[in-house]
Amino acid sequence: MKRHGFALLGLSIIAIAAWTYNVNYNTRTTLDRVEELRIKIANEREALQVLRVEWAYLNAPGRLEALVARYNDKLQLVPVVPEMLGAVDAPPEIRDTIPRVRRGGGVPIPRARPANWRPQ
Amino acid sequence: MTELAPPVSKLSTRSDWRLILLMACFCVGYLAVGLKMGQMAATDPAEPRTERSDSGNRPVRGEIVDRNGRLLAANLPAWSLYVHPHEIKDAVAVATALDPIFPEIDRDTLVRKLSSRNRFEWIKRPITPQQKKLVHDLGQPGLFFGKREMRIYPAGRAVAHIMGGVQAVTEGVRFAELAGAGGVEQYFDQRLRDPKLVDEPLRLSLDLTVQQIMRTELALGMKALHAKGAAGVLMKVATGEVVGMVSLPDFDPNVRRQRYNGDPAYHPRFNRAAQGRYELGSTFKVLTATMALEERLAHAGTIFETPRELRFGRHRIGESHRMDPRMSLENVIVESSNVGAARIAMLVGTPRFKDYLGKLGMFEASGIELAEAAKARPLLPARWTDLSTVTAAYGHGLAVSPVHLAASYATIANGGVRIHPTLVAGGGRSGERVFSQDASREMLRIMREVVVRGTAKRAEVPGYYVAGKTGTANKAVDGGYSDKKVIATFASVFPHHAPEYVLVVSLDEAEDRSGKRYIRGAGRTAVPVAAAIIRRVAPLMGLRPLFPTEEGDGTTWAAKSE
Repeated sequence: MKRHGFALLGLSIIAIAAWTYNVNYNTRTTLDRVEELRIKIANEREALQVLRVEWAYLNAPGRLEALVARYNDKLQLVPVVPEMLGAVDAPPEIRDTIPRVRRGGGVPIPRARPANWRPQ
Repeated sequence: MTELAPPVSKLSTRSDWRLILLMACFCVGYLAVGLKMGQMAATDPAEPRTERSDSGNRPVRGEIVDRNGRLLAANLPAWSLYVHPHEIKDAVAVATALDPIFPEIDRDTLVRKLSSRNRFEWIKRPITPQQKKLVHDLGQPGLFFGKREMRIYPAGRAVAHIMGGVQAVTEGVRFAELAGAGGVEQYFDQRLRDPKLVDEPLRLSLDLTVQQIMRTELALGMKALHAKGAAGVLMKVATGEVVGMVSLPDFDPNVRRQRYNGDPAYHPRFNRAAQGRYELGSTFKVLTATMALEERLAHAGTIFETPRELRFGRHRIGESHRMDPRMSLENVIVESSNVGAARIAMLVGTPRFKDYLGKLGMFEASGIELAEAAKARPLLPARWTDLSTVTAAYGHGLAVSPVHLAASYATIANGGVRIHPTLVAGGGRSGERVFSQDASREMLRIMREVVVRGTAKRAEVPGYYVAGKTGTANKAVDGGYSDKKVIATFASVFPHHAPEYVLVVSLDEAEDRSGKRYIRGAGRTAVPVAAAIIRRVAPLMGLRPLFPTEEGDGTTWAAKSE
């Protein structure tokens, strides 16, 4: 009986030792992996920052404007000007009474205020 | 048995010592092994590696963004190249290898640095990633890279004057401390450096797109009108937020300071919009007339005698073009009569005139958040006399920045409550009342007349109902005023029935050379440029053009979007 007890004890010690060993090494691998990931995260953040700045640089209005100027024979872009905007309740025939601005030429001016306009 | 004892004891004298020596040797041996084992057990069995945290390179300086969150100033990881000259074997060979990588550094300088007696020399800071790779591939000992942050302005020239720039104050191998060297970077230096706020970008009131449009249009205008300089300020009426501020000539904020040999008055780093102080001419007549309206000394129809020339002591006040001998207050503004404005100012009187200018902030720095602007206090006459009042009535004798002017126009557009200009999103301090609602609205109406039938006809932008006032001020040249060199200014408010924005455009020595005679009046120079800016900028800022609509019997106005 006593011998069985000792044998059991011995086996359990071996089992626990094996388990501890295992956990120990698992921990170390995990720590290594954490370290690896930290470095990766740091690199990714750095890359992110570089890309963010690059995005801002590539989309800077000044740069886009220069590109549009260079390729506008193909792009055919024009600046947004007030004449392109309208209200749903403003019928075009009335809107057309507002003088249009001709490119480069003189600017026609409405000389009079609308009839019942008053300062708000 | 007793005879055995003596030989043992005799023997012990020798062999005992031998034994003890042997034991001591073993003890020392075991102790050494034990200590080493203990030491190995106590130390962490890890490979040595460099310290690194997962936050990447934490920014040392906060970012700056525009009102829509677009990056204006950011940090970029970069490297600096330095050398330990005592580790360099063949300075000339290394210099020859480095020379094609850094064409901007002279080869002799490289040789001098590489063979220096110092233990440490900077080669270049900062360097690009590509240069770093090329130097790395040389495989030369003694060349090292120092990691640091580089301040970068992705928007480039468009925001140059507002950003200002940074300078390295202390620079080591592993770090560089950056300090603001102008503009917002200097004004908010403490805030940007604060480690607690480093992750929180500083949000400005600027709109990058608006900024770029203003720069483009001003540059076009400057070129077409042969101007030497230009400034533009676009301000939100309700809050005093500056949405756009441009000064030309400008500089590339991403390029290190370069020597400038031209006229210091046109230095590219000089911010004409916030730092420059100019006599802004007739634009001041609006302020003068508003005072008279506020004090109920006159109304729009009050008639003033406007002879061709007014004598004031030894001073003569003349007109730039022919005027009617008698003009109403409204026409004094619409036709821009100096004599009329002088008469109105005399009616207001010096104490009240000065008081109002003070309340409008014309005697102090504008308070805009730029390092240079804090020092730019308006230039005033040493002693303010009645003559000063009369000349100030039409904008001569005192010099203020375009930002000052924009803020005072915003005050009128805001119904008379003082507006403090600011560059920070969200607006600044709220002000106290300077003018009454009635006086301000009446003035806006008169300013609209200036565009409809006065000196600023070219400012009309369909649908936006621009109101404003031109100013053509002769430049002060040593001792007197030049009649050929002028500063043309147009200060405008739009739309005038529900003011949203104030735009001030100022051109330095602009001339319309399209005709036989060169025309320098603001109506033909600053005004069309301002109109071009409004045409492009207003639709972008959520302002829908107002066109008459058919509703009921008469004309109503389409509602403003937003």
